[in-house]
Amino acid sequence: MSAAVELTDVHVSLGGSHVLQGVSLAAPEGEVLALLGRNGVGKTTTLRALMGLVPHTGSVRVLGQDVSRWPAHRVARLGVAYVPEDRDVFSALTVAENLRLAEQVAAPDYDAVYELFPELRERARQRAGTLSGGQQQMVAVARALLNRWPLLVVDEPSKGLAPRLVSELTDVLARVSATTTMLLVEQNLAVVRRLARHIVVLDHGAVVHQGPVADLDDEDLMRQLLGVSA
Amino acid sequence: MTVLADLTFSALALSAVYFLAASGLSLIYGLMDVLNFAHGLFMTLGAYAAWDLTTHLASGLGAPTIFALGVGASIIAGAVVAGLTELLLIRPLYGRPISQILVTIGLDLAAVGLLLGGFGSNSLSLPVPLWFFEATHWGALNLPNADFVALAAGIVVLVGLEWFLRRTRYGIIIRAGVENRDMVRALGVDVGRAFTLVFVLGGAMAGLAGLLNSVVFNGDLVSPLQGDGLLIFAFIVVVIGGLGSIRGSAVAALLVGVVQDFSNYYLSSHPGMAEIGNLSVVLLLAVVLEWRPRGLFGGTI
Amino acid sequence: MRGRALGITLGAALVALLALVPLIGLHVPWVLPGTVDVVNATGTLEVLALCFIFAGVALGYDVLFGYTGLLSLGPVTFFGTGVYVFDIALSRWGWPLASALGLTVAVTLVLALVLGAISLRVGGIAFAMVTLAFAQAFYYLVEDNPHNLTGGDTGLALSSTRLPALLSGAVSNTRSLYWLALVYLVLAAAVVRVVTTSATGHVLVAVRENEQRVEVLGLRPFGFKLAAFTLSSLVAAGGGVVYILLIGTAVPSAVASTTLTLSILVMVVLGGPGSAWGPVAGAFAYVYLQQYLLKVAAEPSFASLPAVARVPLSQPQFLLGAIFVLFVLFVPGGFAGAVARARARLASRRPAAPPPRGDA
Ligand SMILES: Nc1ncnc2c1ncn2[C@@H]1O[C@H](COP(=O)(O)OP(=O)(O)OP(=O)(O)O)[C@@H](O)[C@H]1O
Ligand SMILES: [Mg+2]
Repeated sequence: MSAAVELTDVHVSLGGSHVLQGVSLAAPEGEVLALLGRNGVGKTTTLRALMGLVPHTGSVRVLGQDVSRWPAHRVARLGVAYVPEDRDVFSALTVAENLRLAEQVAAPDYDAVYELFPELRERARQRAGTLSGGQQQMVAVARALLNRWPLLVVDEPSKGLAPRLVSELTDVLARVSATTTMLLVEQNLAVVRRLARHIVVLDHGAVVHQGPVADLDDEDLMRQLLGVSA
Repeated sequence: MTVLADLTFSALALSAVYFLAASGLSLIYGLMDVLNFAHGLFMTLGAYAAWDLTTHLASGLGAPTIFALGVGASIIAGAVVAGLTELLLIRPLYGRPISQILVTIGLDLAAVGLLLGGFGSNSLSLPVPLWFFEATHWGALNLPNADFVALAAGIVVLVGLEWFLRRTRYGIIIRAGVENRDMVRALGVDVGRAFTLVFVLGGAMAGLAGLLNSVVFNGDLVSPLQGDGLLIFAFIVVVIGGLGSIRGSAVAALLVGVVQDFSNYYLSSHPGMAEIGNLSVVLLLAVVLEWRPRGLFGGTI
Repeated sequence: MRGRALGITLGAALVALLALVPLIGLHVPWVLPGTVDVVNATGTLEVLALCFIFAGVALGYDVLFGYTGLLSLGPVTFFGTGVYVFDIALSRWGWPLASALGLTVAVTLVLALVLGAISLRVGGIAFAMVTLAFAQAFYYLVEDNPHNLTGGDTGLALSSTRLPALLSGAVSNTRSLYWLALVYLVLAAAVVRVVTTSATGHVLVAVRENEQRVEVLGLRPFGFKLAAFTLSSLVAAGGGVVYILLIGTAVPSAVASTTLTLSILVMVVLGGPGSAWGPVAGAFAYVYLQQYLLKVAAEPSFASLPAVARVPLSQPQFLLGAIFVLFVLFVPGGFAGAVARARARLASRRPAAPPPRGDA
């Protein structure tokens, strides 16, 4: 089985601190890989390096191409949809404009998106900055699904959402994962259990554990790696 | 009463020129974090392009046609030079905002130096249709035609710019990029093209502003340093309005134009206050910043 | 550290050599900026003295720009304050030298604290624009000739009646003014050196690198920025005082214009911001080249050149601007950066050199 994403010895320095210290991981095609770790260990930075949003060394291969030196827009156009950690919807733009900006293919799949998030159709003309946190997350996910791209990179989709919304969103992501490779950063282990097949754990900017999602049941291991009891 | 109306009208014309100069500057800064010192150069070159073309055309064309061609020349010159600036000087320095500012400073120094060498430091006179010097009488009011032209240009550009930013795909890209450039890239959009585009747009408006500045406020004279003088006020308008905000620029341009014109009219005849118009604008800047450090419309476009 | 000791020794040797220049009557063709090709001719000494003055101002400016990371576009406000306050106190009010100096320092200090406090409320680009606006206001003010104090565009000549004989009467005393300018540069360099290598200096660099981190350490960046602003203003005002003594007339376009601000910025960037000697080298290159080009353009043979060559060459502003653009594009870090890279390359070629540590 080939890897949709392959990072080899990726290093990143930000503001004078060595944030990623040689991250190597592979996300198998057609599956969901969860990237876990305590706060501040470098999960978001790993995704940003993959997207070409931070300067880095080491090799990044995405969907069969070496994208190590590519600008972010070329990486994305290869077929990588990205939902960033804090949603980053454009608050001055309307919902419709946010979606329009994300259109990159000839026939963006609005039907599917509105079927998953009917609320967005009603709020198309509302400014995204005035939406609730949950609605903003819907916009961010909708943006990422519009082009039906083969790889979805999602950073903490459940962060700050009410439990009901978390399960709705997890349903959506589960449906998407049937057809899409996914690299998922998530702190909510219930969500991870539902979606992921494999996990990778980061600590201090390096991979410290990889294995099947069943490893989450090893309480001692998880307490040691994540500082939580799973 | 008529003094007040006349004065308001000339302040509006001044505001229109400030808006033309400042809105491009603000867009460029908002999208790219580049404080473009060469904007003054774009204005100066706009005026020189108009001068060069209009003085070389056969007078048989008629003054209005010649002037209209001059307007076109100023817009095109500003747009072309600005586009080239972005491609050749700004683009190699992406990710180094201070170097980008410095390179525009160097360009401005060098190009103004060339203009001084080529045309001399004396002003040149633009051929302008006589109609500009006349005034339209509305009851007791005497409104100079040149002011009408400046005001109309300002309004047309404001409306056009708003339309462009709200209705077109590139407009949406620019508004989104002002907010979060990286996220626009991560959606697969090549922001670099939008960078060139805002330079071209800003340059076009600056070229026009330079020409109007000569015609409306400089007695049809064109000089190598005119743009740099106007640039300072454009900077002030941009900071007061909020970096990156077009509406902010429009409101701030109004404010600055009115404050400058009124204080000039009412106070500058007092001894030692000949520059009160300019000084009061700086004072206005200090007051606004004390009250709102990010400007009136900081953060929105 | 060996490098630092070497630097100080080299600097001291250079200063000693420069101090001897007025005594050297050597004839050197071509390279001198004055019209007379003799090393200690008045013209040459005057240009070198100008180099010293702007080198000092550039060093002071670099405390703000290179070390603290604040792009100020208002150094002329304080250079001009030095020029005008000193000139007005001496020439308009007939004050004695010491009082005039005291007043200049006091006014500069107050002005720097007030303008600094206002403009440092904003950061980054807005700070640049606000300092520029204040500088422009200063320009309008002196151009306006309020109460007939500044002389406006006609300028304000320095009256020499209250000056000691050594410093008055322009030409015959160029030598002592030359030494005065050299003393000013040495003083400015010493003060800047002491401050930038002190604990305060390290905080300034930390403010440049990451302001939040400084706050986390419990320090207030604002105070440090204001201190850097004030120090740099005082150094600029000192340069203004020496300038008016040397040149003898204050004209707004020469001492208070945006062009002068940009020149100072260009000097620092050419030389290398944040380096101990870069701004000095940049100022020397800038002033020397500018004056030399003016001299060349004034020569009769120059007029016979075709226009394509004559027009650009007759404009120092064009050539300096173009050189500056090339430096920004291709020589990051200016002279100092280039030298550092060359040395690193030499060191890496030497097999005994230890490998570089870490990821830097
Ligand atoms: N611009 C920056 N400058 C300096 N340090 C940074 C910068 N951005 C991130 N860091 C540091 O890099 C480390 C990793 O950050 P990152 O956002 O990748 O962590 P994370 O694993 O996503 O954390 P979280 O679970 O809280 O989202 C953190 O310690 C953070 O403080
Ligand atoms: Mg994160």
